[in-house]
Amino acid sequence: MIQGLVGRKLGMTQIFDDTGLVHPVTIIETGPCVVTQIRTAEKDGYEAVQVGFGLDKRLNKPEQGHRKASGFMSRTLREVKADNIADFTVGQVITADTFSEGELVDVTGTSKGRGFQGGVKRHGFQGGPKTHGQSDRLRAPGSIGSSATPGRVFKGLRMAGHMGNERVTVQSLKVLRVDVERNLLLVEGSVPGPNNGEVLIRRAVKGQDKKKK
Amino acid sequence: MVAQLIRSLESEQYKGEVPVFGPGDTVRVHAKVVEGNRERIQVFEGVIIRRRAGGINENFTVRRIASHGIGVERTFLLHSPRIDRVEVVRRGRVRRAKLYYLRGLTGKAARIKERRT
Repeated sequence: MIQGLVGRKLGMTQIFDDTGLVHPVTIIETGPCVVTQIRTAEKDGYEAVQVGFGLDKRLNKPEQGHRKASGFMSRTLREVKADNIADFTVGQVITADTFSEGELVDVTGTSKGRGFQGGVKRHGFQGGPKTHGQSDRLRAPGSIGSSATPGRVFKGLRMAGHMGNERVTVQSLKVLRVDVERNLLLVEGSVPGPNNGEVLIRRAVKGQDKKKK
Repeated sequence: MVAQLIRSLESEQYKGEVPVFGPGDTVRVHAKVVEGNRERIQVFEGVIIRRRAGGINENFTVRRIASHGIGVERTFLLHSPRIDRVEVVRRGRVRRAKLYYLRGLTGKAARIKERRT
């Protein structure tokens, strides 16, 4: 069994479960993913399956050559672990039914870019007081250190700067529905990145045994 | 394309028949409630003071004056399977879509004229 898939976040909606409760869900189009290469312990020192996702019409020759054996010009290539790599052959198509309903997954994506942001938004600083004679202190970060000792600002101090557009993983999201026909996964809760953003879905690292239902 | 897909996913969960009702109408909502491990139907009757959002999230709020003149409002999801059915008791004639002004009124002033068709 393969441990992960590449997909595309389509958007969010809500669904009712059997008891009539509403769950917010993210719709992820998974695949079809094509096996493009198999990493073996003898050759590469580790075992993994390389899968491709999405069609790219503008690949250069060497990139096309790499995907030729799989018979599909994938845009993205990702390596994921598998229980037994002997189960996979190059060109094999993997669909959403890799995952089952009720299973927990970790979803990795690139978060939405927020640009240059201040400390209040970026790190959740409180900002300064609004009133009592304050001026220009409303969203200020406050003190950033002491005086002559140490006489410098420590490295890694949280300050304003670029926010978002980084790799984010959300752990242990429950798969609420698997639509094999349309290759969709409905995952409970939100997932990093914009709509149409690419995401990597992997079996959850944590809490798999504790899953309910 | 994607919007269509989301709409089709949502439409699978729509209720077949939903009676026509809007703000000002008095309705009887038959909602399922779980008591311990038993499920029964509870009726909530009152005036619709708003109907909002669309698609699968469409919902409406019913206002009822409970005992001791205390106003109780409940919001229901229109397409929720936990709602057994909605009965329209009376149609009201109102001139706005959201009847929040009823919250400040009591007794005679909070009446709504009946709409005759």
